Amino acid sequence: MTLILDYDAGNLGSVKRACTEVGLNAEFSAHPDAVTQAERIIFPGVGAAGSAMRSLRERGLDTALKSAIAGGTPVLGICLGMQVSLDYSEENDTQTLGLIGGRVKRFQLNRPELKIPHMGWNEVRVKQSHPVLAGIEPGDEFYFVHGYFPATTAPEHALAVTDYEDDFTCALGKDNYIGTQFHPEKSGRVGLRLFENFARWDGVWRPDRASTQNGGDDNAE
Amino acid sequence: MLSKRVVACLDVRDGHLAKSVKFVNTQNIGDPVEKAREYYLDGLDELVFYDITASSDKRNIMLDVVESVASQVFIPLSVGGGIRSVADATDLRLAGAEKINVNSAAVARPDLINECSEAVGDQNIVLSMDVRRVQVSSEQPSGYEIVINGGRTPTGRDALDWALEGEKRGAGELVVNSIDADGTRDGYDIPLTSAIAEAVRIPVIASGGAGLPEHLHEVLTDGKADAALVASMVHYGDYRVSGLKQYLHEQGLKIRMSW
Repeated sequence: MTLILDYDAGNLGSVKRACTEVGLNAEFSAHPDAVTQAERIIFPGVGAAGSAMRSLRERGLDTALKSAIAGGTPVLGICLGMQVSLDYSEENDTQTLGLIGGRVKRFQLNRPELKIPHMGWNEVRVKQSHPVLAGIEPGDEFYFVHGYFPATTAPEHALAVTDYEDDFTCALGKDNYIGTQFHPEKSGRVGLRLFENFARWDGVWRPDRASTQNGGDDNAE
Repeated sequence: MLSKRVVACLDVRDGHLAKSVKFVNTQNIGDPVEKAREYYLDGLDELVFYDITASSDKRNIMLDVVESVASQVFIPLSVGGGIRSVADATDLRLAGAEKINVNSAAVARPDLINECSEAVGDQNIVLSMDVRRVQVSSEQPSGYEIVINGGRTPTGRDALDWALEGEKRGAGELVVNSIDADGTRDGYDIPLTSAIAEAVRIPVIASGGAGLPEHLHEVLTDGKADAALVASMVHYGDYRVSGLKQYLHEQGLKIRMSW
């Protein structure tokens, strides 16, 4: 069973509907035991970093998530669910899970016509092939809504980038964990494909620097 | 770089798709769920549902429509019409709406914007404003006035001033709908759209008057809008969403072209 981590009674119906659409049987839970027993976990994240981390800690979900990840369970973090995988977030000055080195920073933009949050459709350029990102072609766009972005200190974990004044990392991967800044559940067909890929993923991935040159999974489709 | 968005608006009355001309003479033109699915598959970037149901006892029909659309359409879904409280907003969010549009009730009680953005997040609250052209006066220095109740009631409120207040109160986006242009297919109100888009730091969706692909191009360039809302021109089959996007792409705008 796939678990959708719903620690804050958030509006996660769209994630579940996307799972249903691709035939992935997913259930909501906020129980640590369910987290450690799940076959796969989707961690969407809602609200702000401070309140999210507080909710996770109060329920013992931070520890449960870390132990599930250490045990090899495939985990997909979305938006805030990705951001909390880093060490620290500038949002509410928050210590986060520390799975991947780096900080989450607020956008500081120079061009006045660029707005915060970064909201809308933007291109995702894959830099390292990853089974969950298979099928993303140059020019494919995903839906974003965020004011903070992950600045990882571990470039081998950066899977894809998006341009908003400068390039920022929009997908991170480490072993059986993958996180996206964009919302695959709101990104049409290419987004649904990502859920399909995740449903089939065995949780195995290693950084592949040789693939960073051509940006994409050539075997896809 | 972000793509400019093409947004389709479906006016729903008692669960059916309706379209008005200058906000009156609404006609029933089909099934909203079917239309939503059609546009989604044809590359639409975002969908707006507006509930124009007159009687409150039929409001729950809208929740069913939203739920049914949300399970078939995997792009951002924005819903408005008759939202008066955080509870209304929350119900719609649980039914599957991404963004909540507040309009008349926010003019009557501006705290509604603060309350809703607090409850569901700034980025999910859209201030939808119906605007008509008036004489420039000390009360309406921009020459545009906010009207409410589906365009029937003038408020005396200056449109530009209201846009700025909405932003300050936590709206994450604006829909600027020109009553004068609505349903005419003569083009968007460009001066109105650009005046507001230049004054605020949140995205602006231009609405009212789209009839030709050139109109979308004009409002996304000269009008400084982030998104162009269409209704009649696609509902009656004169244009397809994909055709509009192709045109804008060929004109050199950044548009999402694969779906």
